[in-house]
Amino acid sequence: MVGSGLNAKGSDSMMEDEAAIQFHEVSFATKELTILESITGFFVRGEITTLVGPSGAGKSTLFRLCNGLLSASSGDIWIDGVMIGDYEPVQLRREVGIVLQSATMMTGTVRDNLELPRALQGESLTDDEAEEYIEVVGLGKEFLTRNSHDLSGGQKQRVSIARTLVNRPKILLLDEITSSLDRVSTQEIEELIVHINQCYKTTVIWITHHLDQALQIGAYTWVMIDGELVESGPSNLLRNPENEDVRRFVKGEVE
Amino acid sequence: MSFLTLMIALVFVAIPLVLSKTLHLGLERDTIVATVRSIVQLLAVGYLLQFVFDSESILYIVLMIVLMIGAATENARKKGSSIPGITWKLVVTFLFVQVLTQGILLSLNIIPATAQYIIPISGMVIGNSMVLGILFLNRFTAEVGSRHDETELILSLGGTPKQAVHRPLVTSIKASIIPTIEAQKTIGLVQLPGMMSGQIIAGADPVQAVMFQLLILFLLLTTAVITSIMLGYFSYPTLFNDRMQFIKEQSNREA
Repeated sequence: MVGSGLNAKGSDSMMEDEAAIQFHEVSFATKELTILESITGFFVRGEITTLVGPSGAGKSTLFRLCNGLLSASSGDIWIDGVMIGDYEPVQLRREVGIVLQSATMMTGTVRDNLELPRALQGESLTDDEAEEYIEVVGLGKEFLTRNSHDLSGGQKQRVSIARTLVNRPKILLLDEITSSLDRVSTQEIEELIVHINQCYKTTVIWITHHLDQALQIGAYTWVMIDGELVESGPSNLLRNPENEDVRRFVKGEVE
Repeated sequence: MSFLTLMIALVFVAIPLVLSKTLHLGLERDTIVATVRSIVQLLAVGYLLQFVFDSESILYIVLMIVLMIGAATENARKKGSSIPGITWKLVVTFLFVQVLTQGILLSLNIIPATAQYIIPISGMVIGNSMVLGILFLNRFTAEVGSRHDETELILSLGGTPKQAVHRPLVTSIKASIIPTIEAQKTIGLVQLPGMMSGQIIAGADPVQAVMFQLLILFLLLTTAVITSIMLGYFSYPTLFNDRMQFIKEQSNREA
């Protein structure tokens, strides 16, 4: 019931109800090349969906379309049943939070970074809130006064997640947030995301290179290759894929 | 000074030519071109100024200023070719700086309203405005490029384009103004400013010459600040579209 086989938008009311993000023939192209080609499918509300595929498959571009950093060249996207173009860009970006792979830190303390989403709205973050957010991502409150540039990769990634959470997004997009981390940090972040998903009922879409991560964490999986959605469904599909390209990708023959 | 003495002064061009030839520096061609151009250009300006002064017509003064703004725009626009509509942005900036400075100078009777004062001072103001414009545009395009991650982060968290480019904008404005302020701190200690030296050589009272030089320095502070700020606020909105997306993204983003 998930996914790519659906070709008419809104033909199934149940599908609409449970779709956090829905795509209908979404394409994205630059002057030089086509990055996404006719993506149709949806991400299930309240669940964790992993997004896997070789480099250059268009996964990050798909995220930027959902968060409104880019607009599709053609096709339609609905966020919670509302056409993406009907959102004010600022409202869309707060509701669909994105944690970027680079985990860019603004100059200043960790607390300054946590306060950034509020500061952009002309508001501030209370001390209690700052402590709450830093603890949600498993760092002690002593981190709040640390210089953000002195953090390790894993710590930056946690602060980056906490910073996005300050906007209280309904949907959380995670772009390869564990790719540069060691096994222990990766596992901790995985647990943290599962915790956030369960506690706040946040829909999570997670781009990952680790297939075992996709199998363990995500209830659902999308496999993208060369800008197309080639397979989608419960994560178990990775164990025995029908599509030949997906089979080759799972076996590690495509990178 | 007579033409004969000027011809004799060409010995100062001959020295570098001979040295360049002997040491194979390869500077002969450029030196000759530079010499010929400076002779032709400056003499042309000299005769033109004499004509304008003699005619005492406001029309010729305006025409001279239009030519200066045109030449300054032509020079600076290459540095900002990536910014749409840079030509008229420069024209408006130069025009505003010129109107503001001359407006103050003339309305407060700081200088007499004659071509002899208006044209050289306009030349210095527009010339400095041009250099500042080039400094600013160079720095701003570099800053926006190098801080791309920060810009994207702020947009992704629901910040406006103005918030997203605030840092690059302020840094570039400051960086382009600092040389003007720094130059002012050391002026007179090592090198006498060109205009002042010229006046003294031409027989003016040194204190009068200093007072005019100070007037120019103060003028150039305003010129610097206004040029950078105006160009900055004219330029940054063209980097984004009405969906608050970074326009460069559309063409450069890889999948």
